[in-house]
Amino acid sequence: MMILKVNGRDHQIEAEPDTPLLYVLRDDIKLNAAKYGCGLGQCGACTVMVDGKAVLSCVTPLVLLVGKQITTLEGLGTVDRPAPIQRAFMEEQAAQCGYCIPGMMMRAQALLQRNSKPTDQQIRSALAPHLCRCGTHMRILRAVHRAARMMREAGNSTAGHGSPS
Amino acid sequence: MRIALALVAVLLIIGASLALVWRPAIETIDPPARQSFDPELVKRGRQLAAIGNCTDCHTVRGGEQLAGGMPVRTPFGTVYSTNITPDPETGIGHWSEAAFRRAMNSGVDRAGQHLYPTFPYDHFTHVTNQDDGALYAYLMTRRPVHAPARQNQLSFPFDQRPLIAAWKLLYLRHDEVRPDSSKNSEWNRGAYLVEGLAHCGACHTPRNAFGAERKEAAFGGGEADNWLAYAINVQSPAPVPWTEQALFTYLRRGWHPDHGVARGPMAQVVSNLSPVDADDVRAIATYVAGLFGSPASDRIRSAEAVRTEANKAPTAAPQTSASIFAPNAVSPATNTGAAIYAAACASCHETSRPLPYAGLNLHLSTAISAPDPRNAANTILYGLPALDDERSPIMPGFAPSMTDAQVGALLIYLRAHFGHEPAWSKVEQTVAQARQAQAAFLQTSADPPNIATEPLPRDKP
Repeated sequence: MMILKVNGRDHQIEAEPDTPLLYVLRDDIKLNAAKYGCGLGQCGACTVMVDGKAVLSCVTPLVLLVGKQITTLEGLGTVDRPAPIQRAFMEEQAAQCGYCIPGMMMRAQALLQRNSKPTDQQIRSALAPHLCRCGTHMRILRAVHRAARMMREAGNSTAGHGSPS
Repeated sequence: MRIALALVAVLLIIGASLALVWRPAIETIDPPARQSFDPELVKRGRQLAAIGNCTDCHTVRGGEQLAGGMPVRTPFGTVYSTNITPDPETGIGHWSEAAFRRAMNSGVDRAGQHLYPTFPYDHFTHVTNQDDGALYAYLMTRRPVHAPARQNQLSFPFDQRPLIAAWKLLYLRHDEVRPDSSKNSEWNRGAYLVEGLAHCGACHTPRNAFGAERKEAAFGGGEADNWLAYAINVQSPAPVPWTEQALFTYLRRGWHPDHGVARGPMAQVVSNLSPVDADDVRAIATYVAGLFGSPASDRIRSAEAVRTEANKAPTAAPQTSASIFAPNAVSPATNTGAAIYAAACASCHETSRPLPYAGLNLHLSTAISAPDPRNAANTILYGLPALDDERSPIMPGFAPSMTDAQVGALLIYLRAHFGHEPAWSKVEQTVAQARQAQAAFLQTSADPPNIATEPLPRDKP
């Protein structure tokens, strides 16, 4: 048994130490945002954040996660109160089938937490590990820029600096 | 009288140094028309350029082919590769074949400037004029790219190019590679390629304080981009000795069941060799097999033992949860490492699936028996990225999900369990350095065009 810290809460997990994080999130904790895509760490659909870094949960066994903070898309915002990255994706209508999008949002969130104003190229290379066969790539790019803007504005207003540029 | 003598002496010294340093410019030519080159010659040049691995250094990540700009970090500072497309202004469009040949065999550019030996002319000097002609034809028929050279960042006095003339005096030898009539033609062809154009020693031979290859330690192992380039002589750390056939297979396909998959800079080398005729690859394998020498009998015996061990049915029964989540206090690192191996690695590295679509059994891994853990650390952190548009072996990287301590513990366990050599030192430090090297590498890409993503009209008031 181990304690897994997910979205700020401790969960008691009964599972073998080689169990991939993705299985525990979906099957035990019932957090279904992270998706099973390839199971080989090659498509990005299962991406979550571990200690602020984007991690492929399908190839991350529990044994690596002792004492680490896991954040899933559910931990960023809710349907009623979506986080900037979620609002931005909705406003840009950046999902087509949507299966890859939670993973994309998590990687984008990790990027924006360390770089509040990424260039197109930085976003493209950050999201390169994510496979998407639909047609919304340009919308995804815009959504990440929009989220960056919203997060900067929110940061500015809470910090008490005047109007956003 | 004395003064006159002194003056003569000074003039002589100046004259001698000038003669040593000064090289004339070679006249510019109008960029030759593509059609002026014989297609057969261009084709041969393409193969030779692949053997010489030209694109690897002369192309920056994400940049235009052969347009230069890739930083090469040396102990003396950073040297940037130059544009060797036929662009007249920023490339070699104005270079005659004679100017190209001079650069190849004595490291002097068209204008007469000495080139840094990061450009491996200490090897290229052995390339025949005929092959230089084919390379020239190949390069002059590429698409010209306008890309000015980046300024080298070298500390004084290494930023003084005349110094290179002194380096050449010490280390540039033109007549080292001669045919050996006691060997067959295949071996001789291999020697010509390996010592010359393929410049294998540039990575696989250790360098001295002046950055020159130590000939007395030829092929004794060097480095490239924070990867160990293993010894490819009798000191080879490979658990199973290399054979000519194994080398040929490895250079052709990029992997071998006894040795695993080419990765790091060697992956690029193998991939570049793919258009090269089998005969030349075979010749390289023949010559390099000779460098390894025939293994001693105890080496053959230990290789047999390693093979037997590796071929055993997977036995790594997963440890119980209790022992894994609460490693015992006797040897915490080994225990944590064993737990990580069992949970994160064994499912691919101990399977009945054959290479290359399963992991190498680590008893066979050269990385684990290597003198330091750099390559193993690089592989754990960054895996094997999938190649574009083709089937390829893959391994996910664990850089974001493992701490330095976790990677360190895993490395210590792997060395103890699968290696036959003494424990590595400074393991965690190596892991941290591997992360820094990767971060630096990721910053080396060309700055590509920022593609505008106009907001949708409904965004506007």
